[in-house]
Amino acid sequence: MTLEEEISAPQRGRGLLRAIFRSRNLTIGLFVLLLAIGMAVVSEFWTPYPPNALRIRDKLQGPSLAHWFGTDHFGRDVFSMIMAGARNSLEVALTAVAVGIGIGVPLGALAAARGGWIDGFVMRLTDLAFAFPALLTAVIVTAIFGPSAVNAMIAIGIFNIPVFARVTRGAAMGLWKRDYVLAARCAGLGDAAITWRHILPNVNHVLIVQATIQFALAVVAEAGLSYVGLGAQPPQASWGKMLSDSQTYIYSAAHLAIFPGLAITITVLGLNLLGDGLRDLLDPRVRRQR
Amino acid sequence: MTSYVLGRLFALLLTTLAASLIVFLLMQILPGDPAAVMLGVNAQPETLAALRTKLGLDQPLWTRYLDWIGGFPFGDFGVSHTYSTPISQLLAPRIMVTLPLALLSMAISVGVALPVGVYAASRRGKPGDFLSMGAAQIGVAIPNFWLGLLLILFFALHLRWLPASGFAGWEDGLWRGLRSLILPALALGLPLAAILARVTRSAVIEALGEDFIRTARAKGLTSRAALWRHATPNALIPVATIVGMQFSFLLAGTIIIENVFNLPGVGRLIFQSIAQRDLVTVQSLVTLLAACVIFVNFLVDLAYGWLDPRLAAGGGR
Amino acid sequence: MQRIFASSLAGAILLASAGGAFAKDTLTAGEVLEPPGLDPTANAASAIRRVTYANLYEGLVRVAEDGSVRPALAESWAWSPEDLAYTFKLREGVKFHDGAPFDCSVVKFSYERAVAPESVNAQKGLFEPIESTECPDPLTAVVKLKRVAPNFLFGMGWGDAVMISPASAETNKTNPVGTGPFRFKRWVQGDRVELERNPEYWGEPARLSAVTFKFISDPSAAAAAVLSGEVDYFGQFEAAELLDRLRADPNLHVEVGSTTGKVMMSLNNARAPFSDVRVRRALAHAIDRPSFVEAVASGYGLPIGAHQTPAEPGYVDLSETYPYDPDKARALLDEAGVKPGTRFSIVLPPPAYARRGGEVIAAYLAEVGLQVELVPMEFAQWLDQVFARTDYDATIIAHTEARDLDVYARDFYYYNYVSPEYKELYQKYAGTVDDEARLELLGELQRKLAEDEPNVYLYALPKISVWNKNLQGVWRNLPLPVNDLTKVHWAE
Repeated sequence: MTLEEEISAPQRGRGLLRAIFRSRNLTIGLFVLLLAIGMAVVSEFWTPYPPNALRIRDKLQGPSLAHWFGTDHFGRDVFSMIMAGARNSLEVALTAVAVGIGIGVPLGALAAARGGWIDGFVMRLTDLAFAFPALLTAVIVTAIFGPSAVNAMIAIGIFNIPVFARVTRGAAMGLWKRDYVLAARCAGLGDAAITWRHILPNVNHVLIVQATIQFALAVVAEAGLSYVGLGAQPPQASWGKMLSDSQTYIYSAAHLAIFPGLAITITVLGLNLLGDGLRDLLDPRVRRQR
Repeated sequence: MTSYVLGRLFALLLTTLAASLIVFLLMQILPGDPAAVMLGVNAQPETLAALRTKLGLDQPLWTRYLDWIGGFPFGDFGVSHTYSTPISQLLAPRIMVTLPLALLSMAISVGVALPVGVYAASRRGKPGDFLSMGAAQIGVAIPNFWLGLLLILFFALHLRWLPASGFAGWEDGLWRGLRSLILPALALGLPLAAILARVTRSAVIEALGEDFIRTARAKGLTSRAALWRHATPNALIPVATIVGMQFSFLLAGTIIIENVFNLPGVGRLIFQSIAQRDLVTVQSLVTLLAACVIFVNFLVDLAYGWLDPRLAAGGGR
Repeated sequence: MQRIFASSLAGAILLASAGGAFAKDTLTAGEVLEPPGLDPTANAASAIRRVTYANLYEGLVRVAEDGSVRPALAESWAWSPEDLAYTFKLREGVKFHDGAPFDCSVVKFSYERAVAPESVNAQKGLFEPIESTECPDPLTAVVKLKRVAPNFLFGMGWGDAVMISPASAETNKTNPVGTGPFRFKRWVQGDRVELERNPEYWGEPARLSAVTFKFISDPSAAAAAVLSGEVDYFGQFEAAELLDRLRADPNLHVEVGSTTGKVMMSLNNARAPFSDVRVRRALAHAIDRPSFVEAVASGYGLPIGAHQTPAEPGYVDLSETYPYDPDKARALLDEAGVKPGTRFSIVLPPPAYARRGGEVIAAYLAEVGLQVELVPMEFAQWLDQVFARTDYDATIIAHTEARDLDVYARDFYYYNYVSPEYKELYQKYAGTVDDEARLELLGELQRKLAEDEPNVYLYALPKISVWNKNLQGVWRNLPLPVNDLTKVHWAE
């Protein structure tokens, strides 16, 4: 058992649950995330109205008992669309983060394990990737491959790769000088085996925190892409698209601009709180500072 | 130090070149023919061929790349297909929108974040800290384009204080131009301010915990003096890093906001050029933008070394 | 005497105070799209014509608001059937804005340039009937045709056929030089184009001293600009949903006129299942056009049933050929062997009628059991993939060209509609000179299209314009996608 694991050991099991409930950030964050997931899952089976059904006669109604969040320019129920939009947001963001982890973590681990020119090369690659503003990359990628939810996932995912590569490398670098790694090496373990058994388990907590942050950023990025028409396509409901649709109705139906924005903000807020809470919980250094 | 800077400059040049090559190649696989866009639905095949020759689209790939990138050192970024105007001329008025917008947002971000962050740090654990950091949490979570819509709803449509969108231009005086940039700058700057305020707070708290400040406090330094004269200056290093990162974010972050507020800036030009397949313009603008980001990141590194000599001695990060 | 003096004084004061508002003789016109260059003979974008046509450049003839062909740089013309030649009598003393003279050599240059192999004229087809252009004397131009072409003269009234001076032909794109009542002042790219009155105009001078075209692509920004008075006139207002707000303003006049734009769902007739006329008819039955117009354009737009609008000659109302009837649609699909759940895609170019229209059509078609995938596409790619390579199932698009029934008679057009009967009918029409017989044939052509329904015709695009109540002389209807401001002036 490593030093790090010993430190975090008391928090395992029942201790972990208690720690979660003691942290307001974690409680709120988890609640919001579960709410969003819940909406997304439920929307697969049930929404108050079908989210794609047009009822042109009922268009542009304000919030009422029949339509909690009102109806849009096609007479669709905004609340149902928000529910269905949750699925799209979570799906795109989750995949984008997975792409980032799947490619970025191995790259970062490789750079840390080998050092030298490989490290230099990987770091220059990330420099290069950071030189292109994320949104611009996404705009060009979707212009080439066509706007769709899948391409939005790829576009946002590409930008997540260098982030995870750097974080992994930064956290792993120091570990390679630790005694237990040297010991493992003496025992004849290769770089890959050491990375798998000793390095990755010890950078886990950093990655989880980073993943939460990137998840929140990805939700915003997806909304931004959909807002400029490059994300999910109808009939799939999407919060960003709802916002862009609302813009020309801003004089007559302001409610259309309010609810999708609130949905994005609350989701992102929840994810950020979750990230903060996880960092407090998992990273002892930060905990001391707060 | 000089050789370090020179080495970094060289690496910077290489990165920029690599970026330009990537952009150029990406543009080649962009579907759609620029000549077809210009001639529309009734164009005949030989007319299209004639236009392609005229635009130089029938040249081999590497000739086009070298022709294009070769002009960069001389400020020649090529000629826009759509406007038949040198891109540098096209860019000049756009920069006069995007750069002031970015600077104004930056000013708002720093101007709001520093006082709030330091204040929260000084009130650590008290209601003031809780309230300002709660507001910051919300600020971080608000997407800037939605904030833009809300600002339009409230300040432009409801109160009618400021224009809802569009840019009045600088010719009719500074104020008229500035007026149209206030709401977009707020939309961009406030979420950034929220991030920066949180960074400032924790940096100041960390600095307050350093040994030299504890020693000074023990020797009778007032808490106010400790906060402003010692802790805050020390907290500037991480804050400066974030400010630098935010600036490169701002250069691109203006893209969506320029769309929300219908501002004729660099971002909209890129958008429009992609739609019209004005490839040279897209290539040049994206490359220039990437070069800017690379350069700003380099400056941040330098500032890092300057603010914290310990790091520079160690040869950067 | 004294009283007269007093009242005239009062009148003078009134005039003076009113003068602040009415002495205005400049106009700021809002436009959705910025033109890519200002040479209408080298690019298809209608935005170019909307700024330059009649204002900056003129042709031998011009198209008036009612769609008729009127004299412009040619005072008069004569058609000689035996020589197959038009003889144009040119105006005397016409000068280009740069001082270059206009005479028959310019006509010869302009027309020959348009048909030359290296020509980049987007409507090269208009000039195709020309056999030769001759100049017996400087003020007479004889244009010989290869065959009878009754639409030729109308085509010479288009923006693509304006007179271009040899001296400025290459630079017109950025520094346009024409013969029109306005001349070019400057172009602030991304923002506006400024024109000023041409003091040496050959005809009745423009009443406005200057015109600024301001480009505002965002509909809510456009509405804000009109409401604040920053823009005096918006010729083609796209967001019908904002009109109520504009109508409520007592200073503004909102006009809903006609254009020749036909919004339709074009089908790839070469692809199954659209190769089956029953399927095409089923699609037409499945869409409730009035509701479609309500959802997409807030009700502004007239349902149509063929490739023709009321603004074009010989229009026949066929909009009730396929009334909304989902049951009939399902039956027709069933008859054609199209199973419920059949999938196809609709390509959507950027305009709102397409993007919104796609969502509405997808919902209607879902009701008759068809699964639609919506594929948004930029115009550049649309031109390549849909228009040039016909790699598509269906698309939503507005055809804005006037009198373009010929496209269904072409050997190749992206609908891939093949009908020898239609082709024969069209050739008969194209070779007919008698007006009454032509109108009759136009009606037959439309009925043939409605019967075959190669595309699902949706609605005629209206010209929605908004202007300051004190503005006069603005075109209400658009026979061509242009923006003629030559007769516009402020009320006295």
